[in-house]
Amino acid sequence: MADYVLSAFTWQNGLLFFIWTVITLFAVLGFVTYAIYFERKVIGWMQLRIGPNRVGPLGLLQTVADIAKLLMKEDIIPKAAVRDLFIIAPALTFVPSFVVIATIPFSESITFADLNIGILYYLALSSISTIGIIIGSWASNNKYSLLGGMRSAAQMISYEIPLVLSVVGVILMSSSLNLRVIVEGQLGGVWHWNIFPQIIGFVIFIIAAVSELNRTPFDLPEAESELVAGYHVEYTGFRFAFFMLAEYVYVFAFSAMATVLFLGGWDAPAPFLSFIPGLIWFLLKFSFFVFFLFWIRATLPRIRVDQLMSLAWKVLLPLSLLNILLTVFAIEIHKWIA
Amino acid sequence: MAIRTEELLLNVGPQHPSTHGVFRVVVHIDGEVITSSDPVMGYLHRGTEKLAENLTYTQIIPYTDRMDYVSAMTNNYVLCHAVETLMGLEIPERAEYLRVIVMELQRIASHLLWWGTYLLDIGAMSPFLFAFRDREMILDFFNELCGARLTYNYMRIGGVKWDAPEGWIEKIRNYVPYLRQQLIEYDALVNGNEIFLARLKGVGKYSAEDAINYGLSGACLRSTGVKWDLRKDRPYSIYNRFEFDVPVETEGDCYARYLIRFAEISESLKILEQAVEQFPAEGETMGKVPRVLRVPEGEVYVGIESPRGEIGCHIISKGKDKPYRLKFRRPSFVNLQILPKLLEGETMTNLVTILGSIDIVVGEVDA
Repeated sequence: MADYVLSAFTWQNGLLFFIWTVITLFAVLGFVTYAIYFERKVIGWMQLRIGPNRVGPLGLLQTVADIAKLLMKEDIIPKAAVRDLFIIAPALTFVPSFVVIATIPFSESITFADLNIGILYYLALSSISTIGIIIGSWASNNKYSLLGGMRSAAQMISYEIPLVLSVVGVILMSSSLNLRVIVEGQLGGVWHWNIFPQIIGFVIFIIAAVSELNRTPFDLPEAESELVAGYHVEYTGFRFAFFMLAEYVYVFAFSAMATVLFLGGWDAPAPFLSFIPGLIWFLLKFSFFVFFLFWIRATLPRIRVDQLMSLAWKVLLPLSLLNILLTVFAIEIHKWIA
Repeated sequence: MAIRTEELLLNVGPQHPSTHGVFRVVVHIDGEVITSSDPVMGYLHRGTEKLAENLTYTQIIPYTDRMDYVSAMTNNYVLCHAVETLMGLEIPERAEYLRVIVMELQRIASHLLWWGTYLLDIGAMSPFLFAFRDREMILDFFNELCGARLTYNYMRIGGVKWDAPEGWIEKIRNYVPYLRQQLIEYDALVNGNEIFLARLKGVGKYSAEDAINYGLSGACLRSTGVKWDLRKDRPYSIYNRFEFDVPVETEGDCYARYLIRFAEISESLKILEQAVEQFPAEGETMGKVPRVLRVPEGEVYVGIESPRGEIGCHIISKGKDKPYRLKFRRPSFVNLQILPKLLEGETMTNLVTILGSIDIVVGEVDA
């Protein structure tokens, strides 16, 4: 697919671009629909409930019904809201979440954009979403949503740095920012995966990324028991759906990213298992991370804002710097021996 | 150049997920730090005490159900106990045991509800559903006993309205080991969680002196190291027949109050176990009470240990079948007074933690 990007832009190529984009969009939307269903089922089982089981067989159409309901709802824009910003905010939150998926290599052959700066692209664009949240919260002209937006801003500044630094170890090991190259450096079975040499980086990445996702235990911007609904308190119907959609697309992006960076992407855990297609392995690892997110949501309480900051600045940041240092030493020693 | 900042006035409530009812706190916040706060109550005021002046004593009982609606049995009891004390009535043995059993079951149900909702406030979702499963069983016991799940109207002056149906005592006997097992699980799930400890420890702290000056009672008082439980210190009913401890902590913070309430569930289970063992095989459930209750002229105050603290009933009788004046000392209302003092300088997040740890029921705050 990378060939398309390099080839000249013709009508034919443009059409192909368009078709691939639409296919990805539907794949992602399909994922979101069933991730929500899966989340409700998983959490339901953990909480001794059944979960959705009324709409469609086994409740499989529950999310579809929910989305249909949201679409049919009245679109309310509060009088005191800043109209233009209020309208633009959900889109500004959603678009980056979808755009970052382009760089993720799902298997040997399925990558939409084989960028040489794949990681930077992901990290840079994903933080734009926070700006959408802040704009939306401020434009709502609601005190609760303003508090939620402020928390979101503080959280982004605190967590983006450890997140980026935690990935540096992986970059050093594969000496590339290209996600494809990073996966190729891990091929050959479970002992080649980055998770073992980069275990500190992995833990920091998971913590920082969960925080970036605004999910439990870091769901401060929308902390229900404190801020009612946080930044999207004034949003209804379709616009609200966009915020939720963005959140779940990030679940998708995060799980894919963690798989690529630390679990060897499409690589089979052992060489003799490589007859199973890479995409299947990718999906399995990916599903594990998705499940992990739902699991901690059912288990953990919420952390406090000030504790979150001190965790980020006093614990994660020094640890991620230490991780870089250790990685550099290890690489140098390895070179010296060889 | 300094950035100009402004204080934000925020209405937390009356419709807010963490005020546990229709209760409002007006807070002035600077960033996320509360500079001053003002609790506003009365949205649920029904004038129980005034209404009682025009009702016969038996008619008041269902009104007490609706004060602290998650602990209706203790409310029933405090009224009956006050009237019985004034009249000098003898309560049959079997009725006393039934009363203690339902009151302790009620304490467990109330603490379970608190445990679940408090963790929901902290942000943990699952314990809420676990707590409700176990509370549901207690509500089923009550349903079987008196036909209601929340507003029981179970006790009468001189005894209880219904005898235990067949096999009911057996069910309670089996429930005790079941809940003990569950508590071990809950302890493992929540009590050692780092995030949970970080959220609660050192938050909403006050001294024993403050607690006494503000008139706090129940777990709010015992969390500061004062060992004061009316079941031990001013025994009523047949509580002096049972062996149980009064859990005390010395820290005075939210975590201390949490631990006390959690431990009290186990203590109530101890009482239940003994009460079920000693339960008389047969006997009356109503004492000898005249058809029309005319309480002799006089004045009485009795206080008992409700799940939230000391609930008291003060009756002035002029010898009629209706009280001349009736006053309830409602622990939620009294305990709530310390809130503005605790909130000063805390963050918005701690508001929820502190308010939850006081354990109010708005029906009782407003009466």
